[in-house]
Amino acid sequence: MFIRKTLALAVLGLSFTPLAAQAADNADLQQIRKDIEQLRQSYEARIRELEARLAQTDSKAAAAQQSAASTAEKLATTPATPPNLPSANAFNPEISLVLSGTYANLSKDPGSWKMSNFVPSGDEIGPGKRSFSLGESELGLRSNIDQYFYGQATLAISGENEIGVEEAFVQTTALPKGLQAKAGRFFSGIGYMNSQHAHTWDFVDAPLANQAFLGGQYSQDGAQLKWVAPLSTFLELGMDVGAGERFPGNTRNKNGAGSTALFAHTGGDIGTSQSWQVGASWLRAAPRERSYDTTDLAGSEVSNSFSGRSQLYVIDGVWKWAPNGNAERINLKLQGEYFRRRETGELAYDTAAQNLSDSYRSAQAGWYMQSVFQFMPRWRVGARFDQLDSGTVDYASNGDFLANTGYKPKRSSLMLDWSPSEFSRIRLQYAKDQAREGVKDDQFFLQYQMSLGAHGAHSY
Amino acid sequence: MKKLMIAASLVLSSSLAQAALNVVACEPEWAALTQELAGDKARIYSATTALQDVHHIQARPSLIAAVRNADLLACTGAELEIGWLPVLQRQSGNAKVQTGQPGYFEAAAYVRKLEIPTRLDRADGDVHAAGNPHIQTDPRNIALVADALAKRLAQIDPPNAAYYTARQADFAARWKTAMARWEKDAAPLRGTPIAVQHKAFPYLEDWLGLKQVATLEPKPGVEPSSAYLAEVLTRLQQTPAKLIIRAAYNDARSSDWLAERAKIPVVVLPFTVGGNAQAKDLFALFDDTIARLLKATK
Repeated sequence: MFIRKTLALAVLGLSFTPLAAQAADNADLQQIRKDIEQLRQSYEARIRELEARLAQTDSKAAAAQQSAASTAEKLATTPATPPNLPSANAFNPEISLVLSGTYANLSKDPGSWKMSNFVPSGDEIGPGKRSFSLGESELGLRSNIDQYFYGQATLAISGENEIGVEEAFVQTTALPKGLQAKAGRFFSGIGYMNSQHAHTWDFVDAPLANQAFLGGQYSQDGAQLKWVAPLSTFLELGMDVGAGERFPGNTRNKNGAGSTALFAHTGGDIGTSQSWQVGASWLRAAPRERSYDTTDLAGSEVSNSFSGRSQLYVIDGVWKWAPNGNAERINLKLQGEYFRRRETGELAYDTAAQNLSDSYRSAQAGWYMQSVFQFMPRWRVGARFDQLDSGTVDYASNGDFLANTGYKPKRSSLMLDWSPSEFSRIRLQYAKDQAREGVKDDQFFLQYQMSLGAHGAHSY
Repeated sequence: MKKLMIAASLVLSSSLAQAALNVVACEPEWAALTQELAGDKARIYSATTALQDVHHIQARPSLIAAVRNADLLACTGAELEIGWLPVLQRQSGNAKVQTGQPGYFEAAAYVRKLEIPTRLDRADGDVHAAGNPHIQTDPRNIALVADALAKRLAQIDPPNAAYYTARQADFAARWKTAMARWEKDAAPLRGTPIAVQHKAFPYLEDWLGLKQVATLEPKPGVEPSSAYLAEVLTRLQQTPAKLIIRAAYNDARSSDWLAERAKIPVVVLPFTVGGNAQAKDLFALFDDTIARLLKATK
């Protein structure tokens, strides 16, 4: 009651200020007004604080007294006031950091790793280094930019101390009719796994097919347009165009789009326990003098280069099951993708010395199938089978130096992972890797993946 | 091919040619509340069921399709749906239901939240910075949200504004009567010590004056180990609880294990509409909740 009385005095004082003002000069008057205002604010703050404290203790009071219960109700039915957000920092984007590291025990030298009969597809492939290695630390920043755009950047800091821009894009949020546009660097919408960040994968590494045909993960520097159909069943159609500088394309000094991708996905539920999604995609790239190193039939190390057209077709499917749609205790996930690539153009053999150019034509395929089962909270087991089909490669007259042996690289993997919480995961993986012709590589991985800060929602 | 086209155009026209408001509710309680307020003026789709843990929902294709067609997204907010709703908003390409638009409604913004953490640390488990989001277990919150939701419906569907206002007035009156009845019936529950599986009931405890003496989860959202349950058992021997409460979607093992040893009953509360056969609507939800609590304390 003391507070109320003091407040009343303060209010009284406020109403008498005009009298005082006649005697005092303007500066004094303002000072007095300021003081009183401060006094009033401080008492109001204290009253608010006391009311909040009262709110916290009211449940105990309610148990003791019926009258207190009515106070509790009065407070509970008072709408919440928005919290006082401190400063401009409140507008900072969501920040997340994914830390990962691996211990790898590889029975064969990873330096000799390749997928026999397949053109090497960049630096991001293979089982990685032996022994301990720091994985990519993924720093993510994302936020709505304004009422029209959303922005996201994912910077990958490699164990070799290099910073790479994995994704950095802006996306519309206000286009009508289910349309969405994206620009910047982003993972292409083709296939199922390609657009997902590595830390959401169920195995340490990407499937062989994704490595052979997309260099692990295909990102565009370009633009994407996506449309979700106004149907009760999910149907999404999309297209992305880009410079096409990454495998299967390469850096080319040309205007226009170096790569175009089209994709469609549809999916739905079967009852409350099952859900599914299937998709079909097409990717076209136009590499110019895409060079790679290989060993020719005589056993010499040579550099070749390819110019022409590369087309990739992908079919993907995923099916998930959880009793009543509650994945907490047990759940099952089955996913697979099939890739088929056709390349036509010119191949230059031994560009450093002989530089013999002739036509080139190849048709190759690959697929993987994997399943992950959570058999109790926190624990999951998974199995994956990878198979590449070296198909047909026509080297024309360069067939004197280069050949497709017909060997089909394959790999089988098993994994067990434990997630102490939804922010941490420790994974053990074994793979019998037969990507190299005539070589069996036993690979063991122990990996941790932890995510700090804001935890972005995961897509299906 | 022709048949396919006809089928496709049928599906298209059936989903386009309806005048009713498309409402996607993140949780069954808001679907039920929208039903009370909008009657046949809305087509309501609930993204989750009472048997699912709304913290962990997959951003499934079916949900993206539903959000794509929504005029209003009625959710709890307070970060409850943070693991999946942002994906649905972003992938649906629906400008109407983005955060900040009238088509996105957050129920938790209209009630006083409990358990607002004084510190934020992931070491404390799955804590929500905005406070405990399970606001639907207190009917006083439902009343507040109903008022706000009716206003929002009127805002996005002005031709039917009077209809929503009238239905809200009717609902509010019936709800007030029902609340008086529940409070009278539940008076003997005041002060009852309880153990809960997940910190999902602070609003119910606050309303009925239940006293939570133990939580089975060591940290919010973390499944208890058997060692931790043994600790809880010891604690319950010192500070006994009269019953253990868990929600319909919670796994039964931990609470059953503890109940058997502590020799107290487990009460499985529907938690939201559809949590059991009795909890068919919001009124039945509280009828059933109180009936079950009273039965267990007899």
